[in-house]
Amino acid sequence: MSYNLKEELKKEERFTGGHRMCAGCGSPIAVRTVLRALNPEDKAVVCSATSCLEVSSFMYPFTAWKDSFIHNAFENAGATISGVETAYKALKKRGKIDDTYKFIAFGGDGGTYDIGFQSLSGAMERGHDMVYVCYDNEAYMNTGIQRSSSTPHFADTTTSPVGAVIPGKLQKKKDLTKIMVAHNVPYVAQTTFMGNFKDISEKAHKAIYTPGAAFLNVMAPCPRGWRYETEELMTITKLAVDTCVWPLYEVIDGKYFLSYKPKTKLPVEDYLKAQGRFSHMLKPGNEWMVEKMQEEVNRHWIDLLVLCGEK
Amino acid sequence: MSNLKAKDINETITWKEITLGCSVFEGGSAELVNTGDWRTIKPVIDMEKCKQCMLCVPVCPDMSIPVEEDGRRGEFNLFFCKGCGICAKVCPFDAITMIKDEK
Ligand code: SF4
Ligand code: SF4
Repeated sequence: MSYNLKEELKKEERFTGGHRMCAGCGSPIAVRTVLRALNPEDKAVVCSATSCLEVSSFMYPFTAWKDSFIHNAFENAGATISGVETAYKALKKRGKIDDTYKFIAFGGDGGTYDIGFQSLSGAMERGHDMVYVCYDNEAYMNTGIQRSSSTPHFADTTTSPVGAVIPGKLQKKKDLTKIMVAHNVPYVAQTTFMGNFKDISEKAHKAIYTPGAAFLNVMAPCPRGWRYETEELMTITKLAVDTCVWPLYEVIDGKYFLSYKPKTKLPVEDYLKAQGRFSHMLKPGNEWMVEKMQEEVNRHWIDLLVLCGEK
Repeated sequence: MSNLKAKDINETITWKEITLGCSVFEGGSAELVNTGDWRTIKPVIDMEKCKQCMLCVPVCPDMSIPVEEDGRRGEFNLFFCKGCGICAKVCPFDAITMIKDEK
Protein backbone atom coordinates (compact mmCIF):
# COMPACT_ATOMS: atom_id res chain seq x y z
CA MET A 1 0.00 0.00 0.00
CA SER A 2 1.41 3.37 -0.91
CA TYR A 3 2.22 5.82 1.84
CA ASN A 4 -0.40 8.40 2.75
CA LEU A 5 0.38 10.88 5.54
CA LYS A 6 -3.28 11.63 6.27
CA GLU A 7 -4.11 7.94 6.68
CA GLU A 8 -1.04 7.36 8.85
CA LEU A 9 -2.00 10.20 11.17
CA LYS A 10 -5.42 8.69 11.82
CA LYS A 11 -3.74 5.96 13.88
CA GLU A 12 -3.90 6.41 17.61
CA GLU A 13 -0.81 8.01 19.16
CA ARG A 14 1.23 5.47 21.17
CA PHE A 15 3.55 8.00 22.83
CA THR A 16 1.86 10.75 24.85
CA GLY A 17 2.46 14.38 25.66
CA GLY A 18 3.52 15.20 29.19
CA HIS A 19 7.00 13.74 28.77
CA ARG A 20 9.85 15.97 29.98
CA MET A 21 12.09 16.11 26.90
CA CYS A 22 13.24 19.67 26.07
CA ALA A 23 11.14 21.84 23.75
CA GLY A 24 11.97 21.04 20.14
CA CYS A 25 13.79 17.76 20.87
CA GLY A 26 14.14 15.35 17.96
CA SER A 27 13.87 12.12 19.92
CA PRO A 28 10.13 12.10 20.75
CA ILE A 29 9.48 12.75 17.07
CA ALA A 30 11.53 9.66 16.21
CA VAL A 31 9.68 7.61 18.83
CA ARG A 32 6.15 8.58 17.85
CA THR A 33 6.93 8.01 14.19
CA VAL A 34 8.41 4.56 14.75
CA LEU A 35 5.49 3.53 16.97
CA ARG A 36 3.00 4.82 14.40
CA ALA A 37 4.50 2.30 11.97
CA LEU A 38 3.09 -0.53 14.09
CA ASN A 39 -0.14 -2.02 12.82
CA PRO A 40 -2.72 -0.63 15.27
CA GLU A 41 -3.93 -4.12 16.24
CA ASP A 42 -0.44 -5.26 17.24
CA LYS A 43 0.94 -4.79 20.72
CA ALA A 44 4.49 -3.79 21.50
CA VAL A 45 7.05 -4.18 24.23
CA VAL A 46 9.45 -1.27 24.26
CA CYS A 47 12.77 -1.16 26.03
CA SER A 48 15.09 1.77 26.32
CA ALA A 49 18.72 2.22 27.19
CA THR A 50 19.41 4.94 29.74
CA SER A 51 19.11 8.18 27.82
CA CYS A 52 17.41 11.57 27.75
CA LEU A 53 14.45 9.69 26.36
CA GLU A 54 14.34 7.18 29.18
CA VAL A 55 14.71 9.61 32.07
CA SER A 56 12.19 12.04 30.58
CA SER A 57 9.50 9.65 29.39
CA PHE A 58 9.37 7.37 32.40
CA MET A 59 9.41 9.35 35.65
CA TYR A 60 7.54 7.42 38.28
CA PRO A 61 4.55 7.31 38.37
CA PHE A 62 4.26 8.81 34.91
CA THR A 63 4.92 7.01 31.66
CA ALA A 64 4.55 8.52 28.21
CA TRP A 65 4.44 5.01 26.71
CA LYS A 66 1.06 3.44 26.06
CA ASP A 67 2.75 0.11 25.37
CA SER A 68 4.66 -1.99 27.89
CA PHE A 69 7.96 -0.34 28.67
CA ILE A 70 11.08 -1.60 30.40
CA HIS A 71 14.13 0.33 31.40
CA ASN A 72 17.04 -1.75 32.54
CA ALA A 73 20.42 -0.03 32.22
CA PHE A 74 22.62 1.92 29.84
CA GLU A 75 24.48 -1.13 28.57
CA ASN A 76 21.82 -3.75 28.07
CA ALA A 77 18.78 -2.59 26.10
CA GLY A 78 19.72 -5.13 23.40
CA ALA A 79 19.94 -7.98 25.92
CA THR A 80 16.75 -6.96 27.75
CA ILE A 81 14.58 -6.87 24.65
CA SER A 82 16.14 -10.17 23.44
CA GLY A 83 15.08 -11.83 26.69
CA VAL A 84 11.54 -10.56 26.43
CA GLU A 85 11.27 -11.65 22.83
CA THR A 86 12.52 -15.14 23.73
CA ALA A 87 10.04 -15.45 26.60
CA TYR A 88 7.24 -14.36 24.27
CA LYS A 89 8.18 -17.01 21.73
CA ALA A 90 8.17 -19.69 24.41
CA LEU A 91 4.79 -18.61 25.77
CA LYS A 92 3.35 -18.34 22.30
CA LYS A 93 4.47 -21.89 21.50
CA ARG A 94 2.67 -23.14 24.60
CA GLY A 95 -0.46 -21.28 23.61
CA LYS A 96 -0.31 -18.91 26.58
CA ILE A 97 -0.39 -15.68 24.53
CA ASP A 98 -2.74 -14.98 21.67
CA ASP A 99 -1.90 -11.40 20.76
CA THR A 100 0.85 -10.45 18.35
CA TYR A 101 3.63 -8.53 20.03
CA LYS A 102 6.48 -6.61 18.45
CA PHE A 103 9.74 -5.80 20.22
CA ILE A 104 11.40 -2.42 19.89
CA ALA A 105 14.44 -1.03 21.69
CA PHE A 106 15.36 2.65 21.67
CA GLY A 107 18.74 4.06 22.56
CA GLY A 108 20.55 7.34 22.12
CA ASP A 109 23.96 7.35 20.49
CA GLY A 110 25.67 7.02 23.87
CA GLY A 111 23.65 3.91 24.72
CA THR A 112 24.04 2.49 21.22
CA TYR A 113 27.36 3.48 19.61
CA ASP A 114 29.22 3.24 22.94
CA ILE A 115 27.86 1.78 26.15
CA GLY A 116 25.21 -0.63 24.86
CA PHE A 117 27.20 -1.69 21.84
CA GLN A 118 28.10 -5.22 22.91
CA SER A 119 24.58 -6.17 23.94
CA LEU A 120 23.21 -4.69 20.72
CA SER A 121 25.77 -6.64 18.71
CA GLY A 122 24.81 -9.86 20.53
CA ALA A 123 21.10 -9.32 19.99
CA MET A 124 21.62 -8.68 16.28
CA GLU A 125 23.84 -11.71 15.84
CA ARG A 126 21.39 -14.02 17.63
CA GLY A 127 18.72 -12.78 15.25
CA HIS A 128 15.88 -12.00 17.66
CA ASP A 129 12.72 -10.77 16.00
CA MET A 130 13.17 -7.18 17.09
CA VAL A 131 14.10 -3.68 16.00
CA TYR A 132 16.75 -1.58 17.63
CA VAL A 133 16.25 2.13 16.96
CA CYS A 134 19.09 4.51 17.64
CA TYR A 135 18.00 8.13 17.91
CA ASP A 136 21.31 9.70 17.10
CA ASN A 137 21.87 13.18 18.53
CA GLU A 138 25.63 12.86 18.39
CA ALA A 139 26.63 13.33 22.04
CA TYR A 140 25.69 12.50 25.65
CA MET A 141 23.06 15.21 25.86
CA ASN A 142 21.37 13.95 29.03
CA THR A 143 24.44 14.52 31.19
CA GLY A 144 25.52 17.80 29.59
CA ILE A 145 26.75 17.41 26.01
CA GLN A 146 29.77 15.15 26.38
CA ARG A 147 31.27 13.72 23.19
CA SER A 148 30.41 10.17 22.13
CA SER A 149 31.84 8.02 19.35
CA SER A 150 28.98 9.39 17.26
CA THR A 151 29.96 13.05 17.71
CA PRO A 152 31.21 14.44 14.39
CA HIS A 153 34.78 15.54 13.76
CA PHE A 154 35.44 19.10 15.05
CA ALA A 155 32.16 19.40 16.98
CA ASP A 156 32.31 21.45 20.16
CA THR A 157 31.15 19.50 23.23
CA THR A 158 31.95 19.88 26.93
CA THR A 159 34.57 17.11 26.70
CA SER A 160 35.94 18.23 23.34
CA PRO A 161 35.87 21.97 24.02
CA VAL A 162 36.97 24.29 21.24
CA GLY A 163 39.84 26.56 22.23
CA ALA A 164 43.54 27.20 21.79
CA VAL A 165 44.39 23.56 22.55
CA ILE A 166 41.97 21.56 20.39
CA PRO A 167 39.64 22.45 17.49
CA GLY A 168 36.69 20.49 18.90
CA LYS A 169 36.45 16.71 18.68
CA LEU A 170 39.67 15.27 17.29
CA GLN A 171 38.23 11.97 16.10
CA LYS A 172 35.80 11.16 13.33
CA LYS A 173 32.24 9.90 13.75
CA LYS A 174 31.87 6.13 13.93
CA ASP A 175 29.80 4.67 11.08
CA LEU A 176 27.46 2.51 13.14
CA THR A 177 24.95 1.86 10.36
CA LYS A 178 27.63 0.07 8.33
CA ILE A 179 28.76 -1.87 11.40
CA MET A 180 25.18 -3.09 11.79
CA VAL A 181 25.13 -4.10 8.12
CA ALA A 182 28.20 -6.20 8.87
CA HIS A 183 26.09 -8.23 11.31
CA ASN A 184 24.33 -9.76 8.31
CA VAL A 185 20.86 -8.96 9.61
CA PRO A 186 17.97 -8.82 7.14
CA TYR A 187 17.22 -5.11 7.50
CA VAL A 188 19.27 -2.02 8.31
CA ALA A 189 18.37 1.56 7.44
CA GLN A 190 19.49 5.10 8.01
CA THR A 191 16.87 7.85 8.04
CA THR A 192 15.69 11.13 9.54
CA PHE A 193 12.67 13.47 9.41
CA MET A 194 11.90 14.79 5.95
CA GLY A 195 8.79 16.49 4.53
CA ASN A 196 5.82 14.16 4.90
CA PHE A 197 7.76 11.53 6.90
CA LYS A 198 7.51 8.93 4.15
CA ASP A 199 11.12 7.81 4.39
CA ILE A 200 11.23 7.20 8.13
CA SER A 201 7.70 5.75 8.31
CA GLU A 202 8.25 3.20 5.57
CA LYS A 203 11.63 2.20 6.97
CA ALA A 204 10.21 1.79 10.46
CA HIS A 205 7.41 -0.39 9.10
CA LYS A 206 9.86 -2.59 7.21
CA ALA A 207 12.16 -2.80 10.23
CA ILE A 208 9.30 -3.90 12.50
CA TYR A 209 7.74 -6.38 10.11
CA THR A 210 10.86 -7.96 8.61
CA PRO A 211 11.24 -11.26 10.50
CA GLY A 212 14.50 -11.28 12.43
CA ALA A 213 16.72 -8.53 13.79
CA ALA A 214 16.59 -5.06 12.29
CA PHE A 215 18.40 -1.83 13.00
CA LEU A 216 17.26 1.72 12.32
CA ASN A 217 19.55 4.72 12.72
CA VAL A 218 17.58 7.97 12.98
CA MET A 219 19.28 11.35 13.08
CA ALA A 220 17.42 13.21 15.84
CA PRO A 221 18.80 16.74 16.31
CA CYS A 222 19.22 18.24 19.77
CA PRO A 223 18.74 22.04 19.82
CA ARG A 224 20.65 22.42 23.12
CA GLY A 225 23.70 20.42 22.15
CA TRP A 226 23.85 21.42 18.50
CA ARG A 227 23.16 25.05 19.31
CA TYR A 228 20.38 26.11 16.97
CA GLU A 229 16.95 27.66 17.54
CA THR A 230 14.33 25.00 18.33
CA GLU A 231 12.08 25.87 15.39
CA GLU A 232 14.87 25.00 12.91
CA LEU A 233 14.73 21.23 13.42
CA MET A 234 13.40 20.38 9.98
CA THR A 235 15.83 22.79 8.31
CA ILE A 236 18.72 21.02 9.99
CA THR A 237 17.65 17.50 8.98
CA LYS A 238 17.04 18.65 5.41
CA LEU A 239 20.50 20.23 5.27
CA ALA A 240 22.07 17.06 6.72
CA VAL A 241 20.52 15.05 3.91
CA ASP A 242 21.12 17.56 1.10
CA THR A 243 24.79 18.00 2.01
CA CYS A 244 25.13 14.18 2.21
CA VAL A 245 26.35 14.45 5.80
CA TRP A 246 23.53 12.01 6.68
CA PRO A 247 22.55 10.05 3.57
CA LEU A 248 19.30 8.10 3.54
CA TYR A 249 19.64 4.47 2.56
CA GLU A 250 18.58 0.96 3.44
CA VAL A 251 20.25 -2.41 3.28
CA ILE A 252 18.00 -5.40 2.68
CA ASP A 253 19.64 -8.82 3.02
CA GLY A 254 23.02 -7.21 2.48
CA LYS A 255 21.99 -5.26 -0.63
CA TYR A 256 22.33 -1.47 -0.47
CA PHE A 257 19.61 0.84 -1.79
CA LEU A 258 19.89 4.60 -1.89
CA SER A 259 16.65 6.20 -0.68
CA TYR A 260 17.32 9.78 -1.71
CA LYS A 261 19.75 11.59 -3.97
CA PRO A 262 19.84 15.38 -3.55
CA LYS A 263 19.12 17.26 -6.78
CA THR A 264 22.12 19.46 -6.00
CA LYS A 265 24.53 18.25 -3.36
CA LEU A 266 24.99 21.28 -1.12
CA PRO A 267 28.37 22.30 0.33
CA VAL A 268 28.90 20.97 3.85
CA GLU A 269 29.34 24.57 4.99
CA ASP A 270 25.58 25.09 4.65
CA TYR A 271 25.01 22.42 7.30
CA LEU A 272 27.83 23.62 9.56
CA LYS A 273 26.81 27.26 9.61
CA ALA A 274 23.33 26.39 10.83
CA GLN A 275 24.71 25.10 14.16
CA GLY A 276 26.68 26.72 16.95
CA ARG A 277 28.67 23.55 17.69
CA PHE A 278 30.52 24.10 14.39
CA SER A 279 30.73 27.92 14.47
CA HIS A 280 34.52 27.95 15.07
CA MET A 281 35.04 26.10 11.79
CA LEU A 282 33.81 29.11 9.86
CA LYS A 283 36.23 31.60 11.42
CA PRO A 284 39.12 32.96 9.33
CA GLY A 285 42.14 30.67 9.54
CA ASN A 286 40.01 27.56 10.08
CA GLU A 287 39.10 26.95 6.44
CA TRP A 288 41.12 23.73 6.60
CA MET A 289 38.53 22.24 8.96
CA VAL A 290 35.69 22.82 6.53
CA GLU A 291 37.82 21.44 3.69
CA LYS A 292 38.66 18.36 5.73
CA MET A 293 35.01 17.80 6.60
CA GLN A 294 33.98 18.22 2.97
CA GLU A 295 36.62 15.68 1.91
CA GLU A 296 35.32 13.17 4.46
CA VAL A 297 31.71 13.66 3.40
CA ASN A 298 32.60 13.32 -0.29
CA ARG A 299 34.53 10.11 0.31
CA HIS A 300 31.69 8.50 2.27
CA TRP A 301 29.11 9.64 -0.26
CA ILE A 302 31.04 8.17 -3.20
CA ASP A 303 31.55 4.91 -1.30
CA LEU A 304 27.82 4.75 -0.65
CA LEU A 305 26.94 5.47 -4.29
CA VAL A 306 29.19 2.61 -5.33
CA LEU A 307 27.63 0.25 -2.76
CA CYS A 308 24.16 1.22 -3.98
CA GLY A 309 25.11 0.61 -7.60
CA GLU A 310 24.52 4.28 -8.42
CA LYS A 311 28.06 4.80 -9.65
CA MET B 1 0.57 -5.21 46.79
CA SER B 2 -0.50 -1.74 45.81
CA ASN B 3 -1.62 -1.03 42.29
CA LEU B 4 -2.32 2.64 42.79
CA LYS B 5 -2.77 4.75 39.71
CA ALA B 6 -0.53 7.71 38.88
CA LYS B 7 -3.20 10.24 39.83
CA ASP B 8 -3.16 8.90 43.40
CA ILE B 9 0.60 8.69 43.80
CA ASN B 10 1.95 11.96 45.17
CA GLU B 11 4.00 13.45 48.00
CA THR B 12 1.34 12.68 50.60
CA ILE B 13 1.41 8.86 50.40
CA THR B 14 3.91 6.68 52.24
CA TRP B 15 6.40 4.15 50.92
CA LYS B 16 4.00 1.36 51.90
CA GLU B 17 1.48 2.61 49.39
CA ILE B 18 3.67 2.96 46.35
CA THR B 19 3.65 0.17 43.80
CA LEU B 20 6.05 -2.74 44.22
CA GLY B 21 9.33 -2.09 42.44
CA CYS B 22 7.88 1.25 41.34
CA SER B 23 6.07 -0.45 38.48
CA VAL B 24 3.52 1.62 36.59
CA PHE B 25 0.30 -0.25 35.85
CA GLU B 26 -1.25 2.04 33.26
CA GLY B 27 0.04 3.20 29.87
CA GLY B 28 0.27 6.88 29.01
CA SER B 29 -0.05 8.26 32.57
CA ALA B 30 2.24 11.15 31.56
CA GLU B 31 -0.89 12.68 30.08
CA LEU B 32 -1.56 14.04 33.57
CA VAL B 33 1.57 16.17 33.39
CA ASN B 34 1.24 19.78 32.30
CA THR B 35 4.30 20.70 30.26
CA GLY B 36 2.52 23.67 28.72
CA ASP B 37 3.72 25.87 31.57
CA TRP B 38 7.30 25.64 30.24
CA ARG B 39 6.26 27.77 27.29
CA THR B 40 7.11 31.44 26.71
CA ILE B 41 5.70 31.66 23.19
CA LYS B 42 2.70 29.81 21.79
CA PRO B 43 1.43 28.80 18.37
CA VAL B 44 -1.83 30.24 17.01
CA ILE B 45 -3.49 28.91 13.91
CA ASP B 46 -5.39 30.84 11.30
CA MET B 47 -7.91 28.23 10.10
CA GLU B 48 -8.70 30.40 7.06
CA LYS B 49 -5.16 29.91 5.82
CA CYS B 50 -4.81 26.27 6.85
CA LYS B 51 -5.13 23.89 3.89
CA GLN B 52 -5.15 20.74 6.05
CA CYS B 53 -1.96 19.47 4.42
CA MET B 54 -1.10 17.92 7.82
CA LEU B 55 2.64 18.56 7.51
CA CYS B 56 2.70 20.21 10.94
CA VAL B 57 1.29 17.17 12.76
CA PRO B 58 4.16 14.64 12.64
CA VAL B 59 6.86 17.22 13.47
CA CYS B 60 5.50 18.08 16.91
CA PRO B 61 7.67 16.58 19.67
CA ASP B 62 4.84 16.99 22.19
CA MET B 63 1.86 15.43 20.45
CA SER B 64 0.14 18.82 20.67
CA ILE B 65 -1.57 18.88 17.29
CA PRO B 66 -4.50 16.50 17.58
CA VAL B 67 -6.08 14.82 14.58
CA GLU B 68 -9.87 14.86 14.66
CA GLU B 69 -12.16 11.94 13.75
CA ASP B 70 -12.59 13.30 10.23
CA GLY B 71 -8.82 13.30 9.74
CA ARG B 72 -8.40 17.08 9.98
CA ARG B 73 -5.98 18.79 12.34
CA GLY B 74 -7.57 20.33 15.40
CA GLU B 75 -6.72 23.18 17.75
CA PHE B 76 -3.38 23.08 19.57
CA ASN B 77 -3.26 21.17 22.84
CA LEU B 78 -1.68 23.86 24.99
CA PHE B 79 -1.55 21.58 28.02
CA PHE B 80 1.48 19.86 26.44
CA CYS B 81 2.81 22.33 23.83
CA LYS B 82 6.23 23.67 24.86
CA GLY B 83 6.29 26.42 22.22
CA CYS B 84 9.22 25.09 20.18
CA GLY B 85 7.89 26.62 16.95
CA ILE B 86 8.74 23.67 14.68
CA CYS B 87 5.13 23.47 13.45
CA ALA B 88 5.03 27.18 12.56
CA LYS B 89 8.29 26.87 10.63
CA VAL B 90 7.17 23.88 8.52
CA CYS B 91 3.70 25.15 7.60
CA PRO B 92 3.90 25.89 3.86
CA PHE B 93 0.94 28.28 4.05
CA ASP B 94 2.05 30.44 6.98
CA ALA B 95 -1.08 29.46 8.87
CA ILE B 96 0.74 29.23 12.22
CA THR B 97 2.22 32.22 14.04
CA MET B 98 4.17 32.13 17.29
CA ILE B 99 3.12 34.83 19.73
CA LYS B 100 4.15 35.78 23.24
CA ASP B 101 2.29 33.64 25.77
CA GLU B 102 0.70 35.87 28.39
CA LYS B 103 -0.29 33.88 31.44
S1 SF4 C 1 5.08 24.87 19.09
FE1 SF4 C 1 6.20 22.89 19.17
S2 SF4 C 1 5.23 21.80 20.87
FE2 SF4 C 1 3.82 23.46 20.31
S3 SF4 C 1 2.42 22.54 18.82
FE3 SF4 C 1 4.09 23.48 17.63
S4 SF4 C 1 5.54 21.82 17.32
FE4 SF4 C 1 4.19 21.17 18.99
S1 SF4 D 1 1.04 22.70 8.05
FE1 SF4 D 1 -0.17 24.57 7.98
S2 SF4 D 1 -1.65 24.25 6.32
FE2 SF4 D 1 -0.79 22.26 6.84
S3 SF4 D 1 -2.24 21.41 8.35
FE3 SF4 D 1 -0.63 22.44 9.51
S4 SF4 D 1 -1.41 24.50 9.85
FE4 SF4 D 1 -2.63 23.60 8.24
